[in-house]
Amino acid sequence: MRSPKESQVRKLPESGVSRRGFLQGVSLGGGALGAAVLERPAEAAQSGVVGPGEVSITLWVNGKEHELRVEPRVTLLDALRDRLGLTGAKRVCDRGTCGACTVLVEGKAVYACTTLAIDAQGKNIQTIEGMTRGSELHPVMKAFVNNDAQQCGFCTPGFVVAAKAFIDEHPNPTEEDVMNGLGGNLCRCGTYIGIRKAVVEAAKAMGGRNA
Amino acid sequence: MQAFEYANPKTLQEALGLLGSSWGEADVLAGGTDLLGLMKEYIHTPKRVVNIKGIKELGGIEKTSAGVRIGATVTVAELLSSGLIKSQFPALIQAAQGIASMQIRNMGSIGGDLCQRPRCWYFRSGYGLLAMKDGKSLVANGENRYHAIFGRAPAYFVSASSFGPALIALGAKVKLASQSGTRELPVAEFFVAPATEDDREIALKPNEILTEILVPAETTRNATYEVRQKEALDWPLATASVALKMDGGKVRSAEIVMGHVGPTPVRAPKAARSLTGKTINETVAEKAAATAVKGARPLSQNAYKVQLAKAAVKRALLRAVS
Repeated sequence: MRSPKESQVRKLPESGVSRRGFLQGVSLGGGALGAAVLERPAEAAQSGVVGPGEVSITLWVNGKEHELRVEPRVTLLDALRDRLGLTGAKRVCDRGTCGACTVLVEGKAVYACTTLAIDAQGKNIQTIEGMTRGSELHPVMKAFVNNDAQQCGFCTPGFVVAAKAFIDEHPNPTEEDVMNGLGGNLCRCGTYIGIRKAVVEAAKAMGGRNA
Repeated sequence: MQAFEYANPKTLQEALGLLGSSWGEADVLAGGTDLLGLMKEYIHTPKRVVNIKGIKELGGIEKTSAGVRIGATVTVAELLSSGLIKSQFPALIQAAQGIASMQIRNMGSIGGDLCQRPRCWYFRSGYGLLAMKDGKSLVANGENRYHAIFGRAPAYFVSASSFGPALIALGAKVKLASQSGTRELPVAEFFVAPATEDDREIALKPNEILTEILVPAETTRNATYEVRQKEALDWPLATASVALKMDGGKVRSAEIVMGHVGPTPVRAPKAARSLTGKTINETVAEKAAATAVKGARPLSQNAYKVQLAKAAVKRALLRAVS
Protein backbone atom coordinates (compact mmCIF):
# COMPACT_ATOMS: atom_id res chain seq x y z
CA MET A 1 0.00 0.00 0.00
CA ARG A 2 1.18 3.51 -0.71
CA SER A 3 1.62 6.05 1.98
CA PRO A 4 -1.57 7.96 2.71
CA LYS A 5 0.53 11.12 2.60
CA GLU A 6 1.00 10.76 -1.12
CA SER A 7 -1.09 13.55 -2.50
CA GLN A 8 -2.76 13.08 -5.84
CA VAL A 9 -4.80 15.78 -7.46
CA ARG A 10 -7.75 14.51 -9.49
CA LYS A 11 -5.97 11.29 -10.10
CA LEU A 12 -6.99 9.32 -13.15
CA PRO A 13 -6.99 5.51 -13.27
CA GLU A 14 -3.44 4.22 -13.30
CA SER A 15 -3.86 2.02 -16.33
CA GLY A 16 -5.00 4.95 -18.45
CA VAL A 17 -7.16 2.60 -20.49
CA SER A 18 -10.35 2.49 -18.45
CA ARG A 19 -13.55 2.59 -20.46
CA ARG A 20 -14.32 6.00 -18.97
CA GLY A 21 -10.87 7.35 -19.82
CA PHE A 22 -11.18 6.05 -23.34
CA LEU A 23 -14.58 7.69 -23.85
CA GLN A 24 -13.33 10.98 -22.48
CA GLY A 25 -10.27 10.71 -24.68
CA VAL A 26 -12.20 10.30 -27.87
CA SER A 27 -15.01 12.71 -27.22
CA LEU A 28 -13.59 15.55 -25.17
CA GLY A 29 -9.88 15.22 -25.53
CA GLY A 30 -9.72 15.08 -21.75
CA GLY A 31 -8.60 18.70 -21.71
CA ALA A 32 -10.82 19.94 -18.93
CA LEU A 33 -9.50 17.38 -16.51
CA GLY A 34 -6.12 18.94 -16.11
CA ALA A 35 -7.51 22.33 -15.26
CA ALA A 36 -7.87 21.91 -11.51
CA VAL A 37 -5.70 24.23 -9.53
CA LEU A 38 -5.95 23.86 -5.81
CA GLU A 39 -5.48 26.94 -3.75
CA ARG A 40 -5.24 25.72 -0.21
CA PRO A 41 -5.82 22.10 0.66
CA ALA A 42 -8.31 20.99 3.27
CA GLU A 43 -9.52 24.35 4.48
CA ALA A 44 -13.02 22.96 4.29
CA ALA A 45 -15.69 22.17 6.72
CA GLN A 46 -14.08 21.32 9.97
CA SER A 47 -16.50 23.75 11.54
CA GLY A 48 -18.13 26.96 10.46
CA VAL A 49 -20.17 27.27 7.33
CA VAL A 50 -18.83 26.60 3.82
CA GLY A 51 -20.34 26.68 0.35
CA PRO A 52 -22.64 26.74 -1.50
CA GLY A 53 -19.79 27.24 -3.97
CA GLU A 54 -16.81 24.89 -4.37
CA VAL A 55 -14.82 23.99 -1.30
CA SER A 56 -11.47 22.24 -1.03
CA ILE A 57 -11.85 18.83 0.55
CA THR A 58 -9.54 15.92 1.19
CA LEU A 59 -10.66 12.35 0.67
CA TRP A 60 -8.65 9.31 1.69
CA VAL A 61 -9.51 6.62 -0.84
CA ASN A 62 -7.87 3.19 -1.04
CA GLY A 63 -5.00 4.39 1.10
CA LYS A 64 -4.30 7.52 -0.97
CA GLU A 65 -5.04 11.10 -0.14
CA HIS A 66 -6.89 13.11 -2.78
CA GLU A 67 -7.48 16.82 -2.71
CA LEU A 68 -10.32 18.18 -4.77
CA ARG A 69 -12.77 21.04 -4.97
CA VAL A 70 -16.47 20.22 -4.81
CA GLU A 71 -19.69 21.96 -3.95
CA PRO A 72 -21.15 20.64 -0.67
CA ARG A 73 -24.00 19.08 -2.65
CA VAL A 74 -21.69 16.69 -4.55
CA THR A 75 -22.18 13.10 -3.45
CA LEU A 76 -19.28 10.82 -2.60
CA LEU A 77 -20.27 8.70 -5.59
CA ASP A 78 -20.03 11.58 -8.05
CA ALA A 79 -16.74 12.71 -6.53
CA LEU A 80 -15.26 9.21 -6.87
CA ARG A 81 -16.51 8.70 -10.42
CA ASP A 82 -16.32 12.13 -11.99
CA ARG A 83 -13.39 13.69 -10.13
CA LEU A 84 -11.16 10.80 -9.13
CA GLY A 85 -11.86 8.51 -12.09
CA LEU A 86 -12.80 5.63 -9.80
CA THR A 87 -15.73 4.37 -11.84
CA GLY A 88 -16.11 0.96 -10.20
CA ALA A 89 -18.92 2.15 -7.95
CA LYS A 90 -21.90 2.58 -10.27
CA ARG A 91 -24.56 5.27 -10.40
CA VAL A 92 -27.81 3.40 -10.98
CA CYS A 93 -30.79 4.43 -8.82
CA ASP A 94 -28.94 7.32 -7.13
CA ARG A 95 -31.46 7.01 -4.28
CA GLY A 96 -29.89 4.56 -1.84
CA THR A 97 -31.98 1.68 -3.05
CA CYS A 98 -30.03 -0.56 -5.46
CA GLY A 99 -26.57 -0.99 -3.93
CA ALA A 100 -24.57 -0.52 -7.16
CA CYS A 101 -22.68 2.40 -5.57
CA THR A 102 -21.68 0.49 -2.41
CA VAL A 103 -18.29 1.49 -0.96
CA LEU A 104 -16.74 0.97 2.45
CA VAL A 105 -16.41 3.90 4.85
CA GLU A 106 -14.40 2.93 7.93
CA GLY A 107 -14.95 -0.69 6.89
CA LYS A 108 -18.75 -0.41 6.80
CA ALA A 109 -20.77 -0.77 3.61
CA VAL A 110 -22.58 2.44 2.70
CA TYR A 111 -24.33 3.88 -0.33
CA ALA A 112 -21.93 6.41 -1.88
CA CYS A 113 -24.86 8.03 -3.74
CA THR A 114 -26.45 8.93 -0.42
CA THR A 115 -23.28 10.23 1.25
CA LEU A 116 -22.01 13.77 0.71
CA ALA A 117 -18.36 13.88 -0.38
CA ILE A 118 -17.70 16.69 2.09
CA ASP A 119 -19.10 14.46 4.84
CA ALA A 120 -16.67 11.63 3.98
CA GLN A 121 -13.56 13.66 4.81
CA GLY A 122 -11.13 12.20 7.28
CA LYS A 123 -12.56 8.73 6.83
CA ASN A 124 -11.01 5.62 5.37
CA ILE A 125 -12.86 5.06 2.09
CA GLN A 126 -12.40 1.81 0.19
CA THR A 127 -13.77 1.15 -3.29
CA ILE A 128 -13.77 -1.91 -5.52
CA GLU A 129 -10.54 -0.59 -7.08
CA GLY A 130 -8.83 -0.94 -3.70
CA MET A 131 -9.75 -4.61 -3.27
CA THR A 132 -7.19 -6.10 -5.66
CA ARG A 133 -3.56 -6.43 -4.71
CA GLY A 134 -1.71 -5.81 -7.96
CA SER A 135 -3.18 -8.34 -10.37
CA GLU A 136 -4.30 -10.61 -7.52
CA LEU A 137 -8.10 -10.76 -7.25
CA HIS A 138 -9.77 -10.55 -3.86
CA PRO A 139 -11.23 -13.92 -2.70
CA VAL A 140 -14.76 -12.49 -3.15
CA MET A 141 -13.95 -11.59 -6.77
CA LYS A 142 -12.50 -15.05 -7.44
CA ALA A 143 -15.62 -16.67 -5.99
CA PHE A 144 -17.85 -14.49 -8.21
CA VAL A 145 -15.90 -15.72 -11.26
CA ASN A 146 -16.02 -19.35 -10.11
CA ASN A 147 -19.78 -19.27 -9.55
CA ASP A 148 -20.78 -17.29 -12.60
CA ALA A 149 -22.24 -14.74 -10.20
CA GLN A 150 -22.83 -12.05 -12.78
CA GLN A 151 -24.47 -11.62 -16.14
CA CYS A 152 -24.25 -8.05 -17.44
CA GLY A 153 -21.96 -7.22 -14.52
CA PHE A 154 -23.20 -3.72 -13.83
CA CYS A 155 -24.29 -4.47 -10.25
CA THR A 156 -21.22 -6.64 -9.60
CA PRO A 157 -18.81 -4.07 -8.07
CA GLY A 158 -21.49 -3.05 -5.55
CA PHE A 159 -22.24 -6.66 -4.73
CA VAL A 160 -18.55 -7.55 -4.33
CA VAL A 161 -17.91 -4.64 -1.95
CA ALA A 162 -21.12 -5.35 0.00
CA ALA A 163 -20.19 -9.06 0.16
CA LYS A 164 -16.76 -8.24 1.58
CA ALA A 165 -18.32 -6.07 4.30
CA PHE A 166 -20.91 -8.76 4.99
CA ILE A 167 -18.28 -11.54 5.30
CA ASP A 168 -16.17 -9.35 7.59
CA GLU A 169 -19.10 -9.33 10.01
CA HIS A 170 -20.44 -12.83 9.26
CA PRO A 171 -17.41 -15.05 8.61
CA ASN A 172 -19.40 -18.29 8.26
CA PRO A 173 -22.67 -17.44 6.52
CA THR A 174 -25.26 -19.80 5.07
CA GLU A 175 -26.88 -19.01 1.73
CA GLU A 176 -29.95 -17.82 3.65
CA ASP A 177 -27.78 -15.45 5.72
CA VAL A 178 -26.37 -14.08 2.46
CA MET A 179 -29.86 -13.57 1.06
CA ASN A 180 -30.84 -11.49 4.11
CA GLY A 181 -27.48 -9.78 4.50
CA LEU A 182 -27.15 -8.60 0.91
CA GLY A 183 -30.77 -7.47 0.62
CA GLY A 184 -29.46 -3.95 -0.01
CA ASN A 185 -28.14 -4.82 -3.46
CA LEU A 186 -30.22 -5.52 -6.54
CA CYS A 187 -29.36 -7.51 -9.69
CA ARG A 188 -31.78 -7.02 -12.55
CA CYS A 189 -30.30 -10.01 -14.41
CA GLY A 190 -31.33 -12.14 -11.44
CA THR A 191 -27.99 -13.80 -10.72
CA TYR A 192 -28.78 -14.14 -7.02
CA ILE A 193 -28.29 -17.92 -6.94
CA GLY A 194 -24.72 -17.59 -8.17
CA ILE A 195 -24.07 -14.65 -5.87
CA ARG A 196 -25.24 -16.55 -2.78
CA LYS A 197 -22.99 -19.50 -3.67
CA ALA A 198 -20.08 -17.16 -4.38
CA VAL A 199 -20.35 -15.38 -1.05
CA VAL A 200 -20.49 -18.66 0.89
CA GLU A 201 -17.47 -19.93 -1.07
CA ALA A 202 -15.56 -16.68 -0.54
CA ALA A 203 -16.25 -16.79 3.20
CA LYS A 204 -14.84 -20.32 3.33
CA ALA A 205 -11.79 -19.29 1.28
CA MET A 206 -11.20 -16.41 3.66
CA GLY A 207 -11.36 -18.89 6.53
CA GLY A 208 -13.18 -16.63 8.93
CA ARG A 209 -10.55 -13.93 8.55
CA ASN A 210 -11.16 -10.35 7.56
CA ALA A 211 -9.44 -9.60 4.28
CA MET B 1 -30.14 18.88 -5.77
CA GLN B 2 -30.12 22.58 -5.04
CA ALA B 3 -26.83 24.03 -3.81
CA PHE B 4 -26.57 24.64 -0.08
CA GLU B 5 -24.23 25.86 2.61
CA TYR B 6 -22.74 23.11 4.73
CA ALA B 7 -21.85 23.33 8.39
CA ASN B 8 -20.04 20.79 10.48
CA PRO B 9 -20.46 21.97 14.10
CA LYS B 10 -18.71 20.18 16.95
CA THR B 11 -21.06 21.23 19.75
CA LEU B 12 -24.82 21.19 20.15
CA GLN B 13 -24.91 24.91 20.96
CA GLU B 14 -23.02 25.68 17.78
CA ALA B 15 -25.41 23.51 15.75
CA LEU B 16 -28.52 25.11 17.28
CA GLY B 17 -27.18 28.54 16.35
CA LEU B 18 -27.00 27.46 12.71
CA LEU B 19 -30.68 26.48 12.40
CA GLY B 20 -33.40 28.69 10.95
CA SER B 21 -36.64 29.93 12.46
CA SER B 22 -38.80 28.47 9.70
CA TRP B 23 -38.74 25.26 7.67
CA GLY B 24 -36.74 25.43 4.47
CA GLU B 25 -33.91 27.49 5.91
CA ALA B 26 -31.84 24.68 7.33
CA ASP B 27 -32.00 20.88 7.44
CA VAL B 28 -30.23 18.66 9.93
CA LEU B 29 -28.04 15.93 8.43
CA ALA B 30 -27.32 12.71 10.31
CA GLY B 31 -27.27 9.48 8.24
CA GLY B 32 -28.67 11.35 5.26
CA THR B 33 -30.55 8.30 3.99
CA ASP B 34 -33.80 10.26 3.83
CA LEU B 35 -32.53 13.85 3.50
CA LEU B 36 -30.38 13.29 0.41
CA GLY B 37 -33.28 11.65 -1.43
CA LEU B 38 -35.58 14.53 -0.45
CA MET B 39 -33.04 17.06 -1.70
CA LYS B 40 -32.43 15.20 -4.97
CA GLU B 41 -36.18 15.33 -5.65
CA TYR B 42 -36.34 19.02 -4.64
CA ILE B 43 -38.88 18.14 -1.94
CA HIS B 44 -36.44 19.75 0.50
CA THR B 45 -34.37 22.67 -0.77
CA PRO B 46 -32.59 23.90 2.36
CA LYS B 47 -30.30 26.90 2.17
CA ARG B 48 -28.09 25.25 4.76
CA VAL B 49 -27.36 21.69 5.82
CA VAL B 50 -26.10 21.17 9.36
CA ASN B 51 -24.22 17.91 9.89
CA ILE B 52 -24.68 16.74 13.47
CA LYS B 53 -22.59 13.55 13.28
CA GLY B 54 -19.54 15.41 14.58
CA ILE B 55 -21.30 16.28 17.86
CA LYS B 56 -20.10 13.70 20.38
CA GLU B 57 -22.86 14.27 22.93
CA LEU B 58 -25.50 13.18 20.39
CA GLY B 59 -24.09 9.64 20.20
CA GLY B 60 -23.85 6.68 22.54
CA ILE B 61 -26.17 4.30 24.33
CA GLU B 62 -25.99 4.43 28.13
CA LYS B 63 -27.75 3.12 31.17
CA THR B 64 -29.13 5.90 33.36
CA SER B 65 -30.96 5.86 36.67
CA ALA B 66 -34.26 6.19 34.81
CA GLY B 67 -33.60 3.68 32.04
CA VAL B 68 -31.61 3.80 28.84
CA ARG B 69 -30.49 6.89 26.95
CA ILE B 70 -30.00 6.51 23.20
CA GLY B 71 -28.21 9.36 21.41
CA ALA B 72 -30.02 10.63 18.31
CA THR B 73 -27.10 9.88 15.97
CA VAL B 74 -26.76 6.23 17.09
CA THR B 75 -27.00 4.19 13.90
CA VAL B 76 -29.40 1.31 13.43
CA ALA B 77 -26.37 -1.03 13.23
CA GLU B 78 -25.02 0.32 16.54
CA LEU B 79 -28.40 -0.20 18.17
CA LEU B 80 -28.54 -3.78 16.86
CA SER B 81 -25.16 -4.58 18.41
CA SER B 82 -25.97 -3.07 21.81
CA GLY B 83 -26.16 -5.67 24.58
CA LEU B 84 -28.15 -3.23 26.70
CA ILE B 85 -30.86 -2.90 24.04
CA LYS B 86 -30.85 -6.62 23.21
CA SER B 87 -31.37 -7.66 26.81
CA GLN B 88 -34.25 -5.29 27.59
CA PHE B 89 -35.89 -4.10 24.41
CA PRO B 90 -36.42 -6.85 21.82
CA ALA B 91 -39.19 -4.61 20.39
CA LEU B 92 -36.48 -2.14 19.28
CA ILE B 93 -34.19 -4.89 17.97
CA GLN B 94 -37.02 -6.44 15.94
CA ALA B 95 -37.94 -3.03 14.53
CA ALA B 96 -34.28 -2.37 13.63
CA GLN B 97 -33.85 -5.75 11.92
CA GLY B 98 -36.57 -4.85 9.46
CA ILE B 99 -34.93 -1.61 8.35
CA ALA B 100 -34.14 -1.55 4.64
CA SER B 101 -30.62 -2.96 4.17
CA MET B 102 -27.13 -3.41 5.61
CA GLN B 103 -26.05 -0.12 4.05
CA ILE B 104 -29.05 1.81 5.40
CA ARG B 105 -28.58 0.24 8.85
CA ASN B 106 -24.92 1.35 8.79
CA MET B 107 -25.86 4.90 7.80
CA GLY B 108 -29.29 5.68 9.20
CA SER B 109 -29.75 6.94 12.77
CA ILE B 110 -32.51 6.38 15.31
CA GLY B 111 -33.18 10.14 15.45
CA GLY B 112 -33.43 10.17 11.68
CA ASP B 113 -35.87 7.29 11.75
CA LEU B 114 -38.19 9.36 13.94
CA CYS B 115 -37.76 12.51 11.83
CA GLN B 116 -37.92 10.92 8.36
CA ARG B 117 -40.59 12.27 6.06
CA PRO B 118 -43.53 10.11 4.90
CA ARG B 119 -43.09 7.79 1.92
CA CYS B 120 -46.48 8.79 0.43
CA TRP B 121 -45.87 8.85 -3.31
CA TYR B 122 -47.91 12.03 -3.75
CA PHE B 123 -45.71 13.78 -1.18
CA ARG B 124 -42.54 12.38 -2.76
CA SER B 125 -43.73 13.53 -6.18
CA GLY B 126 -44.14 17.12 -5.03
CA TYR B 127 -47.88 17.32 -4.34
CA GLY B 128 -47.30 18.34 -0.73
CA LEU B 129 -47.70 16.54 2.57
CA LEU B 130 -51.49 16.49 2.34
CA ALA B 131 -51.60 16.05 -1.44
CA MET B 132 -54.56 18.38 -1.94
CA LYS B 133 -55.64 19.64 -5.32
CA ASP B 134 -58.60 21.99 -5.83
CA GLY B 135 -59.66 21.36 -2.25
CA LYS B 136 -59.75 17.59 -2.71
CA SER B 137 -57.38 14.90 -1.45
CA LEU B 138 -55.51 13.20 -4.27
CA VAL B 139 -54.99 10.25 -1.91
CA ALA B 140 -58.60 9.63 -0.95
CA ASN B 141 -59.59 9.79 -4.60
CA GLY B 142 -56.50 8.19 -6.08
CA GLU B 143 -53.82 5.54 -5.66
CA ASN B 144 -53.99 4.74 -1.97
CA ARG B 145 -53.10 1.09 -1.51
CA TYR B 146 -50.19 1.84 0.82
CA HIS B 147 -51.89 4.68 2.66
CA ALA B 148 -53.59 5.07 6.03
CA ILE B 149 -56.40 2.90 7.32
CA PHE B 150 -56.63 5.09 10.42
CA GLY B 151 -56.39 8.36 8.51
CA ARG B 152 -58.72 11.30 8.94
CA ALA B 153 -59.03 14.14 6.46
CA PRO B 154 -56.80 15.80 5.49
CA ALA B 155 -53.89 13.44 6.46
CA TYR B 156 -53.86 10.05 4.76
CA PHE B 157 -50.12 9.33 4.52
CA VAL B 158 -48.60 6.83 6.94
CA SER B 159 -45.85 7.59 9.42
CA ALA B 160 -42.71 5.93 8.03
CA SER B 161 -40.94 5.50 11.36
CA SER B 162 -39.84 1.98 12.29
CA PHE B 163 -38.92 2.80 15.89
CA GLY B 164 -41.87 5.09 16.66
CA PRO B 165 -44.42 2.38 17.53
CA ALA B 166 -41.92 0.42 19.66
CA LEU B 167 -40.77 3.54 21.53
CA ILE B 168 -44.37 4.55 22.24
CA ALA B 169 -45.18 1.05 23.50
CA LEU B 170 -42.14 1.24 25.79
CA GLY B 171 -43.21 4.66 27.13
CA ALA B 172 -40.12 6.45 25.77
CA LYS B 173 -39.53 10.19 25.55
CA VAL B 174 -37.54 12.32 23.14
CA LYS B 175 -35.43 15.26 24.17
CA LEU B 176 -35.63 18.30 21.88
CA ALA B 177 -33.08 21.09 22.19
CA SER B 178 -33.23 24.68 20.98
CA GLN B 179 -31.21 27.76 21.83
CA SER B 180 -33.74 28.63 24.52
CA GLY B 181 -33.42 25.29 26.29
CA THR B 182 -34.56 21.68 26.09
CA ARG B 183 -37.93 20.02 26.36
CA GLU B 184 -38.92 16.41 26.83
CA LEU B 185 -41.88 14.96 25.03
CA PRO B 186 -43.42 11.46 25.13
CA VAL B 187 -42.74 9.84 21.75
CA ALA B 188 -46.52 9.43 21.51
CA GLU B 189 -46.81 13.23 21.36
CA PHE B 190 -43.85 13.67 19.02
CA PHE B 191 -45.90 12.37 16.10
CA VAL B 192 -48.80 14.61 15.08
CA ALA B 193 -51.36 14.46 12.28
CA PRO B 194 -50.95 17.73 10.38
CA ALA B 195 -54.04 19.86 9.84
CA THR B 196 -52.62 22.15 7.17
CA GLU B 197 -50.00 21.98 4.45
CA ASP B 198 -47.71 24.22 6.54
CA ASP B 199 -47.63 21.75 9.44
CA ARG B 200 -45.21 18.90 9.90
CA GLU B 201 -45.96 15.35 10.95
CA ILE B 202 -43.69 15.67 13.98
CA ALA B 203 -43.65 18.13 16.90
CA LEU B 204 -40.04 19.17 16.22
CA LYS B 205 -39.71 22.88 15.46
CA PRO B 206 -37.39 24.24 12.77
CA ASN B 207 -35.04 25.66 15.41
CA GLU B 208 -34.82 22.38 17.35
CA ILE B 209 -32.68 19.26 17.21
CA LEU B 210 -33.81 15.88 18.51
CA THR B 211 -30.86 15.05 20.78
CA GLU B 212 -31.73 11.81 22.54
CA ILE B 213 -34.30 9.17 23.30
CA LEU B 214 -35.01 8.07 26.84
CA VAL B 215 -36.47 4.62 27.33
CA PRO B 216 -37.75 3.94 30.87
CA ALA B 217 -36.30 1.01 32.77
CA GLU B 218 -39.59 -0.73 33.59
CA THR B 219 -39.44 -4.45 32.96
CA THR B 220 -41.79 -5.48 30.19
CA ARG B 221 -42.23 -8.34 27.79
CA ASN B 222 -42.04 -6.46 24.53
CA ALA B 223 -41.97 -7.27 20.84
CA THR B 224 -42.45 -5.88 17.35
CA TYR B 225 -43.92 -7.72 14.38
CA GLU B 226 -43.76 -6.38 10.84
CA VAL B 227 -45.80 -7.44 7.82
CA ARG B 228 -44.01 -6.54 4.63
CA GLN B 229 -44.25 -7.17 0.92
CA LYS B 230 -40.49 -7.21 0.36
CA GLU B 231 -37.94 -8.54 2.83
CA ALA B 232 -35.48 -5.75 2.11
CA LEU B 233 -35.26 -2.21 0.74
CA ASP B 234 -38.80 -1.27 1.62
CA TRP B 235 -40.98 -0.06 4.44
CA PRO B 236 -43.45 -2.44 6.06
CA LEU B 237 -47.15 -2.51 5.13
CA ALA B 238 -48.25 -2.80 8.75
CA THR B 239 -46.48 -3.33 12.06
CA ALA B 240 -47.33 -3.68 15.70
CA SER B 241 -45.25 -3.16 18.82
CA VAL B 242 -46.43 -4.29 22.22
CA ALA B 243 -45.13 -3.93 25.77
CA LEU B 244 -46.65 -6.01 28.57
CA LYS B 245 -46.15 -5.49 32.28
CA MET B 246 -46.64 -8.89 33.84
CA ASP B 247 -47.64 -10.34 37.20
CA GLY B 248 -46.27 -13.82 36.81
CA GLY B 249 -47.98 -15.26 33.75
CA LYS B 250 -50.76 -12.65 33.72
CA VAL B 251 -50.83 -9.21 32.13
CA ARG B 252 -50.93 -6.35 34.64
CA SER B 253 -51.09 -3.67 31.97
CA ALA B 254 -50.36 -3.49 28.26
CA GLU B 255 -49.58 -1.05 25.50
CA ILE B 256 -50.29 -1.86 21.84
CA VAL B 257 -49.15 0.48 19.04
CA MET B 258 -49.59 -0.08 15.31
CA GLY B 259 -47.27 1.36 12.69
CA HIS B 260 -47.63 2.25 8.99
CA VAL B 261 -51.41 2.39 9.28
CA GLY B 262 -51.93 6.08 10.05
CA PRO B 263 -50.26 9.51 9.82
CA THR B 264 -48.90 8.81 13.31
CA PRO B 265 -48.27 5.50 15.05
CA VAL B 266 -51.71 4.36 16.22
CA ARG B 267 -52.30 3.29 19.82
CA ALA B 268 -54.94 0.71 20.63
CA PRO B 269 -55.84 1.46 24.26
CA LYS B 270 -59.08 -0.53 24.31
CA ALA B 271 -57.39 -3.64 22.98
CA ALA B 272 -54.56 -3.13 25.49
CA ARG B 273 -56.99 -2.81 28.42
CA SER B 274 -58.76 -5.98 27.34
CA LEU B 275 -55.59 -7.92 28.16
CA THR B 276 -55.50 -6.93 31.85
CA GLY B 277 -55.49 -9.97 34.11
CA LYS B 278 -55.24 -12.37 31.21
CA THR B 279 -52.69 -14.93 30.12
CA ILE B 280 -51.69 -14.32 26.50
CA ASN B 281 -52.54 -17.21 24.23
CA GLU B 282 -53.66 -17.49 20.63
CA THR B 283 -57.35 -16.81 21.38
CA VAL B 284 -56.69 -13.86 23.68
CA ALA B 285 -54.21 -12.36 21.20
CA GLU B 286 -56.62 -12.81 18.30
CA LYS B 287 -59.43 -11.11 20.21
CA ALA B 288 -57.25 -8.16 21.22
CA ALA B 289 -56.03 -7.82 17.63
CA ALA B 290 -59.62 -7.67 16.37
CA THR B 291 -60.38 -4.94 18.90
CA ALA B 292 -57.25 -3.02 17.86
CA VAL B 293 -58.38 -2.63 14.24
CA LYS B 294 -62.06 -2.01 15.02
CA GLY B 295 -61.87 1.71 14.32
CA ALA B 296 -60.08 1.32 10.98
CA ARG B 297 -61.52 3.24 8.04
CA PRO B 298 -59.75 1.94 4.97
CA LEU B 299 -59.60 3.87 1.71
CA SER B 300 -60.71 2.56 -1.68
CA GLN B 301 -57.67 0.32 -2.26
CA ASN B 302 -56.29 -0.62 1.14
CA ALA B 303 -58.87 -2.66 3.06
CA TYR B 304 -56.32 -5.51 2.95
CA LYS B 305 -54.18 -3.54 5.42
CA VAL B 306 -56.81 -4.01 8.14
CA GLN B 307 -56.16 -7.74 8.13
CA LEU B 308 -52.38 -7.18 8.01
CA ALA B 309 -52.51 -4.84 11.01
CA LYS B 310 -54.64 -7.34 12.89
CA ALA B 311 -52.17 -10.13 12.15
CA ALA B 312 -49.28 -7.89 13.22
CA VAL B 313 -50.92 -7.19 16.61
CA LYS B 314 -51.70 -10.85 17.23
CA ARG B 315 -48.20 -12.00 16.29
CA ALA B 316 -46.48 -9.25 18.27
CA LEU B 317 -48.45 -10.28 21.38
CA LEU B 318 -47.56 -13.93 20.91
CA ARG B 319 -43.94 -13.06 20.20
CA ALA B 320 -43.74 -10.95 23.39
CA VAL B 321 -44.66 -13.91 25.59
CA SER B 322 -42.82 -16.60 23.63
